[in-house]
Amino acid sequence: MAEATLPHDIPTLYEPSLFGTYSKKIGMWLFLLSDSLTFGALLYAYSYGRISTPNWPTPFHSASIVNATMMTAFLLTSSLTMVLAVRASVDGNAKSQRLWLLATMVCGLGFVILHGREWSKLIAEGLTLPVFPKIPGQEVSGEFANVAKTVPQFAATFFGLTGMHMLHVTMGIVYLGVVALRRNFIPILLIGWLAAWLGTPTYSPFHYAAHVLLLAAIVISIILWIKPKVYDSSDVEVAGCTGTSWIWSGCLFFLSCI
Amino acid sequence: MEAFQLDIAERVAEQHRHHGKSQFFVVWGALLAMTAIEVYLTYQNMQPVRMLTILMGLSLVKAALIIGYFMHMKYEISRMKWLTMCSLVACLALMMIFFPDALRIITLGVR
Repeated sequence: MAEATLPHDIPTLYEPSLFGTYSKKIGMWLFLLSDSLTFGALLYAYSYGRISTPNWPTPFHSASIVNATMMTAFLLTSSLTMVLAVRASVDGNAKSQRLWLLATMVCGLGFVILHGREWSKLIAEGLTLPVFPKIPGQEVSGEFANVAKTVPQFAATFFGLTGMHMLHVTMGIVYLGVVALRRNFIPILLIGWLAAWLGTPTYSPFHYAAHVLLLAAIVISIILWIKPKVYDSSDVEVAGCTGTSWIWSGCLFFLSCI
Repeated sequence: MEAFQLDIAERVAEQHRHHGKSQFFVVWGALLAMTAIEVYLTYQNMQPVRMLTILMGLSLVKAALIIGYFMHMKYEISRMKWLTMCSLVACLALMMIFFPDALRIITLGVR
């Protein structure tokens, strides 16, 4: 954009940055601010419902508090490992950077697994949304069977808020995997998809979320394989590699529809 | 990135190299300690409003520590800090304008 307004024979004549740092960092901060507002809106919706509903349920007993504490510890530790990865990158230590990134992914994965268990426990006790698949052969007689009918906004705000958070953490794990391992991450992502697909019952929301993993693998394989081959290679290599990439991505897409 | 952007990035990286790694572990320990305080408070028989006030205050302190040290906002120029944080607080405050309506609904009732 700046190049459109400045003559090309004065390449160093740029206005100093308003924020005193480089554009990528400023862009990242702007994204973080917008994301904070998204979560702020969801938190506000939960809080508004909580204040304005006299019979708001309180389903979180001691086991849930212990679970939430461990989840918080995982996320705080992932913040530490992430900043240490950034520090390793600044110091030019690629091996250390990769190890700290993998440690961040492990902490994030721990959070997602614990949160998934919390969701499964609540759903099994009757706290569901209409979009969740019904558990076959199970009578809805759990502790929260009436909550879904009497205070439906509790399930909506709770699952909406925590689901959005879990989605962010999952996308972060995938993104860090791509940064740390590049193309080597795609087989790991596929193994993760298989484990999630085979390890969850078909009526579980996570069974459908497993397909998001597969979709991520397809998108990443397209970006990492096709883009450099199309723009960096000769015509013959382009034909061969593009064809291979499309066949591979097509197979993955077919599998995702099962 | 253009050359001048790379220069800025290299200067920022050089600034980061001057700060020790031990501060990150100290902040991490403080965050875990505050989390432990919050969990302890949930098991106390306190007035809900008082407990929520303390919890929200601790959450703000935790957020400030993470933004300042883990996200390196502490080492940015003051214009960056003021513009980003004030705009975020202003937008969040605009949402809070409707909270009194939630309290009013309880007393007013719904037909």
